[in-house]
Amino acid sequence: MEYMKPDEIVELFKTGLNESAIIGSRVETKTAGVKKNTYNVIWLQVNPQNLKDAVKLLSSIQFPHFAIISGSDIDKEIELIYHFSIYYGERFKEISINLTTYLPKDDLRIPTITDLIPGAQTTEREIKEMFGVTIEGLPDLPNIFLPQDFQKGVYPLRRNEKGVKIKVKGEDEVKKVE
Amino acid sequence: MTYSVPIGPVHPSLKEPMTFNFEIYGEHIENVNLAPGDNHRGIEFMGRQRNPIQIIYLAERICGICSASHPFAFCRAVENAAEIEVPERAQYIRVVIAELERIHSHILWAGVAAHELGFDSVLYLSWRAREEVLDLLEYLTGNRINYGIFMIGGVRRDISKEQIPRIRKTLDYYKNIYGKIEDIFLNDPTIALRTKNVGILTKEVALSLCAVGPTARASGVNKDIRQDQPYSAYADLEVKAITPDILTGKVNGDVYDRIIVRLLEVVQSIQIIEQCLDNMPSGEIVAEKKLVKLLNQLKKAKGEGIGRHEAPRGEVIHYVKLNESELPEVWKARAPTYNNLMTWVSMLLGQQIADIPIVISSIDPCIACMDRVTILNKENGQKSILTKKDLHELSVQKTRRIAP
Repeated sequence: MEYMKPDEIVELFKTGLNESAIIGSRVETKTAGVKKNTYNVIWLQVNPQNLKDAVKLLSSIQFPHFAIISGSDIDKEIELIYHFSIYYGERFKEISINLTTYLPKDDLRIPTITDLIPGAQTTEREIKEMFGVTIEGLPDLPNIFLPQDFQKGVYPLRRNEKGVKIKVKGEDEVKKVE
Repeated sequence: MTYSVPIGPVHPSLKEPMTFNFEIYGEHIENVNLAPGDNHRGIEFMGRQRNPIQIIYLAERICGICSASHPFAFCRAVENAAEIEVPERAQYIRVVIAELERIHSHILWAGVAAHELGFDSVLYLSWRAREEVLDLLEYLTGNRINYGIFMIGGVRRDISKEQIPRIRKTLDYYKNIYGKIEDIFLNDPTIALRTKNVGILTKEVALSLCAVGPTARASGVNKDIRQDQPYSAYADLEVKAITPDILTGKVNGDVYDRIIVRLLEVVQSIQIIEQCLDNMPSGEIVAEKKLVKLLNQLKKAKGEGIGRHEAPRGEVIHYVKLNESELPEVWKARAPTYNNLMTWVSMLLGQQIADIPIVISSIDPCIACMDRVTILNKENGQKSILTKKDLHELSVQKTRRIAP
């Protein structure tokens, strides 16, 4: 198997997708141990419309190991990061690839990647429940982590009024009238 | 006519308790539906109100058995985000603790697997053997579980010269009894009959479902972060992913192969710890001793990082984003069973009810969810309840039936 260097992978993403697809890129090199061996982490910011193409392109290198989607509510946008890694199976070769994408809150839609990577279903359902992001193409399955009768329109990891309130101890207690 | 058999939902060891809904035709499993999340604890939400040092102790309590894995991954994520260099000696101590944890977790699993097959004397003997490593962990860290040894930028306790003979004594104990453990699990005809060709997970399915850890390796997927992307002291040591063909020459992907992988990993852990003890560098054990100073440094840090660690059950990954504030902006934690969850469906289809316990426990979750099982007869509406005891009894009976 031929292994591409991290810079070549970034270049492949820039040339393999259309011009506006990759908004930003960063390659980190980390060292470990006494011998200071290194490994690489790639961060790519992808346009949400091109996310699926990016995953397809990634699959063309090697069927990637998909870890999780992490999400964050940043004011007017929701940030989703898809954590992948490729080149597993060979010592020192594995490269982590993180695809970051920002969804505006008035258009919270992202295509599913379960047709490419079936193992992504659990985490896509989690993102759908916790952030209220519509995953296009994902079958309408019941809640996976939240209770089935959970309040509609409330998304626990949102930071605005759609999120859950932090419960303050003693808040619900009725004050004694003197 | 199929019957619906729900199993669950209470399941204390996973981050998410599990419910299984089985469609049963006779003894055969026709379909499985998974419904986790009956008791989601919202750990990541709780993390929003804590500073990174407080989160270490929260991360440690995600799992009672992986209590070195989550803080290991979390500390690495924060160190990557804030660009903190971990002293070399601390990297070695971290690996020693993580590998001791692997030994205790795999032996615990072996005992549980034997129990599921109705082999209770092996359960007692293997858990007795596990006590040795728990005692050693208590000697080194102060606690049998939830060691509290990890700190951002290093570890909290050193391993002194006087402590090394005690570690070697425990390793020798495991080397001595390993032959017996291997003989019981790999050469016993009853265990072989109950586990060979049961709960098969093919390599293609394991890859497409992103399975991790021994579950994936037993299906022939050569994937181990300690080998692929070595971190901490693993980068200096020789670590190779263990697949069952090392011992048997071929990969079946059944429960028996998962036993092989876990047992061989115990030997591998012993070798890793010995290499660590032989090559341990001297020096500091933590990058910043003063916690107030460390917190101030983290408060000013801006950046994001991922921390991965090969836990006994597979890859643990934490993502942390620091944004010049006291509290981290994002903290995402993922445990290995999250990925391995879906493999159950593929493993359980076509199996018998009596094989449910061993197949479910073969990916190494906690099987306390077996406590409540209801069998509902759709035709006459009759409802009968199978408790964990009944289900266990069914499994024991099957062992007796096929025992030569």
